[in-house]
Amino acid sequence: MAYLVQLQKQFDDYRASLFNEGFLDDQFEQLQQLQDESNPDFVVEVVSLFFQDSERLLNELATSLDQQNTDYRKVDAHVHQLKGSSSSIGAQRVQRVCIAFRNFCEEQNTEGCLKCLQQVKHEYTLVKNKLETLFKVSN
Amino acid sequence: MGMAATESQFHVLAVDDSLLDRKLIERLLKTSSYQVTTVDSGSKALEFLGFHEDDQINPDSPSISPNNHQEAEVNLIITDYCMPGMTGYDLLKKIKESSSLRNIPVVIMSSENVPSRITRCLEEGAEEFFLKPVQLSDLKRLRPHMVKTKVKDQNLDKKQENQENPEEKLDKQEIQSEKLQQQQQMGNNNNKRKAMEESLSPDRTRPRYSNGVATVV
Repeated sequence: MAYLVQLQKQFDDYRASLFNEGFLDDQFEQLQQLQDESNPDFVVEVVSLFFQDSERLLNELATSLDQQNTDYRKVDAHVHQLKGSSSSIGAQRVQRVCIAFRNFCEEQNTEGCLKCLQQVKHEYTLVKNKLETLFKVSN
Repeated sequence: MGMAATESQFHVLAVDDSLLDRKLIERLLKTSSYQVTTVDSGSKALEFLGFHEDDQINPDSPSISPNNHQEAEVNLIITDYCMPGMTGYDLLKKIKESSSLRNIPVVIMSSENVPSRITRCLEEGAEEFFLKPVQLSDLKRLRPHMVKTKVKDQNLDKKQENQENPEEKLDKQEIQSEKLQQQQQMGNNNNKRKAMEESLSPDRTRPRYSNGVATVV
């Protein structure tokens, strides 16, 4: 019995750390509030959409930035979408990189954009792993 | 099945090209007890609303009665601003230019806080401008707009019915609906300003205090 209590505490601490370290913000809490007995999988479903969106957009971004003549409006459009999705689920660190990314798009700064792409991929991978862990444990 | 007194839910049409955001807005609206239809583009929204290009406001042609080609009555339209093809602003314009649709309140959502954009939308007739991500607390601002339109519609119906004693009854109703509208207007102006103020202040979630009973010991 004590073991379960300990496990619960570990889960709670882990969850709290995601907020403390800025991976997730209040919007993620808002999602939890929309989940109930009639919609028990709401958060998982929304987060899955985020994963799908992000993976598609990251591929598009890699392709767009690999062109001879980069179409920065296209790149910006993709980043805008990624920023939107990440903001909708509360993936704060991903959202923040997107903001910087858009600035580089505006400046048509290729190097800056490529750096941001790497950064956003990194942040996305981190938050994806953490969310997957969270869902695994909570089930 | 005439004029049933039972509570019929308000029906909201939500427009957003992002599947994630559609899912989110749908859950938010359903949690707030609204009936929801979601579409992924402005053109699909107009299709759903039964929009026809010739329904433009024309001073020469007689007014067209609403609800004749809609699939279901829509009490409010909430739309994303940034969409490919027809933007939320374009959709807003088309709705306000249509004699059959212009009375439906429209709310715009956007992830970008651009004051000139907000002003433009409000000037074009949007009732509210929400910053994304939209939260449950934002949705509380929707109901007054839907109620106001229903009251207006009901008063119009009553006017058409009461041909016998037009002056007496109309005066009372007009005063009532005017008062209600004034109150709503004031509320609206506050809400619109709130949209701009909230967008400027970093603290989006303000604690809400109810006027509870203060116990004095």
